[in-house]
Amino acid sequence: MRLLTHNMLSSTIKGVSNGFPLTIEAAKVVEKQVDMNSDFLKNIFSKIEWKPFVEAAKTLGFSELPEEDVQPSLLDSHEFLTKFHHALLEIHLEEGALVCPETGRKFPVNKGIPNMLLLEDEV
Amino acid sequence: MPSKIADIRLVASHPEVYEPCDDSFALVDALLSDRANLLKHQPSLCLEIGCGSGYVITSLALMLEQETNNGIHYFATDINPDAVAVTSETLKAHGVHAEVMNMDIASGLEDRLAGLVDVVVVNPPYVPTPEDEVGQGGIVASWAGGEDGRSVIDRILPVADKLLSEKGWLYMLTLAANKPLELCGLMRRKGYASKIIVQRSTEEESLHVIKFWRDPDSEVQIKKAAANRGNPTSVFSRFSLLSFSGNGNASSK
Repeated sequence: MRLLTHNMLSSTIKGVSNGFPLTIEAAKVVEKQVDMNSDFLKNIFSKIEWKPFVEAAKTLGFSELPEEDVQPSLLDSHEFLTKFHHALLEIHLEEGALVCPETGRKFPVNKGIPNMLLLEDEV
Repeated sequence: MPSKIADIRLVASHPEVYEPCDDSFALVDALLSDRANLLKHQPSLCLEIGCGSGYVITSLALMLEQETNNGIHYFATDINPDAVAVTSETLKAHGVHAEVMNMDIASGLEDRLAGLVDVVVVNPPYVPTPEDEVGQGGIVASWAGGEDGRSVIDRILPVADKLLSEKGWLYMLTLAANKPLELCGLMRRKGYASKIIVQRSTEEESLHVIKFWRDPDSEVQIKKAAANRGNPTSVFSRFSLLSFSGNGNASSK
């Protein structure tokens, strides 16, 4: 599971008012090389919730992303794009869990696949 | 570059996962027939709801593949834990990637991914069955569709509407028993035009692949017509008939 996906996932348990972002518990992290596409990065940049993204990257061992003053002008920097690309698309949570920020309920991630299924009393 | 689709010999399988069949082939044929439009469309995020064996999402990724990274990213969901594992294997066997997630429809994605998905592809559980078979686990979830085969389809359509971007397209496979005209009418009320892009009859079933896209003009027309006549229902059904008689050429935009 990529951090792009983590940034798009929420806990939808009944009664939870803000299920985003999910906290990551990482047991195994893998990296897979992906060719960089600057246009994609420039388009998706404004859709990314930056703080949760930086936190998630740190949890997976990557702490080179800027934390504050993150302006669209950064997208002109090749160095920034390279780091953004790496954190967004190349780092995968392979084994671990995503934790609902309100209830603490854990959604397991096995072989890179998050299990977001809810139990009957959670729907 | 010749367009490729998933190689059936490389599609992984599991006793509890629906294998690619006529319906899957019809959906992939529909996507292939629309491939040139899809490439021009330049989608950024694509999603398959109910990915099963992974045959369709793998084929979509392969047919849109280009020599350099095309910047298209894929998501695939299924409610069946065995299906997501099989999809993941099928993708790997073909050297393509999609983010695979085990969830009901797109439940964990609806908030954050709203309005961001350019292509949604669905081969829903469309077989008419007793209502109590819907939502059972395992392979039954791949086909059990409740009354008129519509129970899950009717839950998917509003989700697709929420997720689709302004330029978003939805490709959905339906059975004649699902009342495709009525589905087009439902979507028309949400501002979508529609067109059947593949029709296939087998001994057992008559399948359609319907493509939906946002059409601001039709929404305005509908509102005007409804205001003039004060009877929206009959107007909607008339418009959906029109779109079925080949009035949907905006898909080549």
